[in-house]
Amino acid sequence: MNAATLFGLCGAALAGLGLYGLVTNPEPLRKILAFNLLGSGVFLVFGVVARRAAASGLGGDPVPQAMVITAIVVAFAATAMAIALLLRLLQETGRPTLDADNPAGTDRGNS
Amino acid sequence: MPDVLPDATTTDGALLVLAIVLPAMGVLLSFVLGGQYAERIASVLLPSGLVLASIIFVDVWRSGDRLVYIVGDWKPPLGIALRADGLAAAMMMAVAVVICVVAIFARADFGTRAGSAEARAPFAFWILLMAIWGAMNLIFLGGDLFTLYVAIELLTFAAVPLVCLDGRAETLQAALRYLLFALLGSILYLVGTALLYGSYATLDIVLLSSRIHIEPATLVAATLMTIGLFAKTALFPLHLWLPPAHAGAPAAASAVLSAVVVKGSFFIVVRLWFDVMPGMLGAAGAQLFGALGAAAIVFGNVVALRQQRLKLLIAYSTVAQIGYLFLMFPLALDPMSAQLQGGSALTGGIIQAISHATAKAAMFMAAGLIYAVLGHDRIAELGGIARAIPMTIFAFALGGISLIGLPPSGGFLAKWLLLEAAVATGQWWWAIVMLAGGLLTSIYVFIVLSRAVAPSREPLKPVVTVPRYQEAAALALALTSLLLGLIALGPVDILGAGRPEAMMAGPR
Repeated sequence: MNAATLFGLCGAALAGLGLYGLVTNPEPLRKILAFNLLGSGVFLVFGVVARRAAASGLGGDPVPQAMVITAIVVAFAATAMAIALLLRLLQETGRPTLDADNPAGTDRGNS
Repeated sequence: MPDVLPDATTTDGALLVLAIVLPAMGVLLSFVLGGQYAERIASVLLPSGLVLASIIFVDVWRSGDRLVYIVGDWKPPLGIALRADGLAAAMMMAVAVVICVVAIFARADFGTRAGSAEARAPFAFWILLMAIWGAMNLIFLGGDLFTLYVAIELLTFAAVPLVCLDGRAETLQAALRYLLFALLGSILYLVGTALLYGSYATLDIVLLSSRIHIEPATLVAATLMTIGLFAKTALFPLHLWLPPAHAGAPAAASAVLSAVVVKGSFFIVVRLWFDVMPGMLGAAGAQLFGALGAAAIVFGNVVALRQQRLKLLIAYSTVAQIGYLFLMFPLALDPMSAQLQGGSALTGGIIQAISHATAKAAMFMAAGLIYAVLGHDRIAELGGIARAIPMTIFAFALGGISLIGLPPSGGFLAKWLLLEAAVATGQWWWAIVMLAGGLLTSIYVFIVLSRAVAPSREPLKPVVTVPRYQEAAALALALTSLLLGLIALGPVDILGAGRPEAMMAGPR
């Protein structure tokens, strides 16, 4: 087994764990963490793609590397936004959950 | 491997760059100058965006070919191309119109007077509106799958805060749920791009379409990307986030979210299956897309019928109308070559997207005005409202006519084209779904209207008087939607411009 395959398997495992957590965990904070785990797995897959496509004498194909940098920035921004929303939710309701039967403001209508 | 003609920047190709740079400039300028200026910047940039979209539209329509701009003169696969074919030009035009009218409507709620202090909600609203416009343009023009990924992320980041502009707990919850769905969708899409790049060493749509062939990695990539985009488009059964998010937002924001934002990910699905891999969906896949669409139509309409609140009813109606968009996949499949072909089905699907955009924006704006006047939007207690704001109720009715699909509305033209394709390909079951959907839609539109024109028990006391121009904005979009069917006489053939088939059956 060469390094690329090993990293590929690691990426797949991370993605699988993350996906499982994202789907099954009810708590938003855990979902956000699981999303980051899933993201890390996918970024690793990008790295493997870059390694496998490398021309002779080069460490890796730079295009997937450029893409993964963009993707990491996007994932970081997404995480920041999710955390900000979650904090605001905690301040408003006192509990950071996504329960539909939240007593706060069920009859306050939509503006 | 057949080689495609090399791309080159066409005359007026620079307009495409302008369509993306203008909104971005507006956003940045608003941040620099501060909240007092955001509205004024938007009020200059949005109309110029409309002019720009019109120029691109006319260019593409006249020449019957696409506009191309090669960024930095680096040709794909190394560089990035922006391409405006007929689909992109038509969608850009529709989005520009809807966003401009929504901006007029929003001046009442998010207007900033000269000299007033910076307020959070207007500042955020105008910036997000310009960001959504820019992201949509990038989605329509982007020529490679990774650019589309960035565009769809920009769209999500602009759309999620719009949901919770007023900061109430349940809208925050709705926004968070929306964000989590959207993040799952985008990461699945990203895996797909990684696999495709790993297999074909390019993500450029034109190059990819000439290299792609059926193999396990491609199938996995296509499946993951499609599921991710379905989650963002809120196609049944991944629609759970949509009704609370769209119903809870302020009226102007709901109009943009429901009319424009869901069309972004839908457009990428179209690009993916019609342009990148037209031969890969196959009969079974096309039928599956259609079945999900049909389920969305039936489920969305039935649940809409049972809603007590007007804005939730309109939001569930969006779930149903999204279903129609996916009926075009089985109808566009050519049984001989097993390829997805642009034809009356694709034209019908895109017109459905445009007509739903205009009609649904008008209906959400009308619902916002009804809410403002009554102080609630409970359907059972709408009595007397038609007397108080007749123009708004008229706009709602016209929007409803387009959703039902009565002539001469855009909805009629779309459903007519889809029905024609269903008959031509012998797939009568989709015709039944469409007709049943139209029937259910007409029932809930009728329920709302009959409540609205009923006399009220006690004299109606408006909570606020809504400005005339807000009513006029809703009516203008509703009229656009109603008269959209008339494009059958004119520029409907633009949808075929610059597409590989280069021929497309217009309506007869």
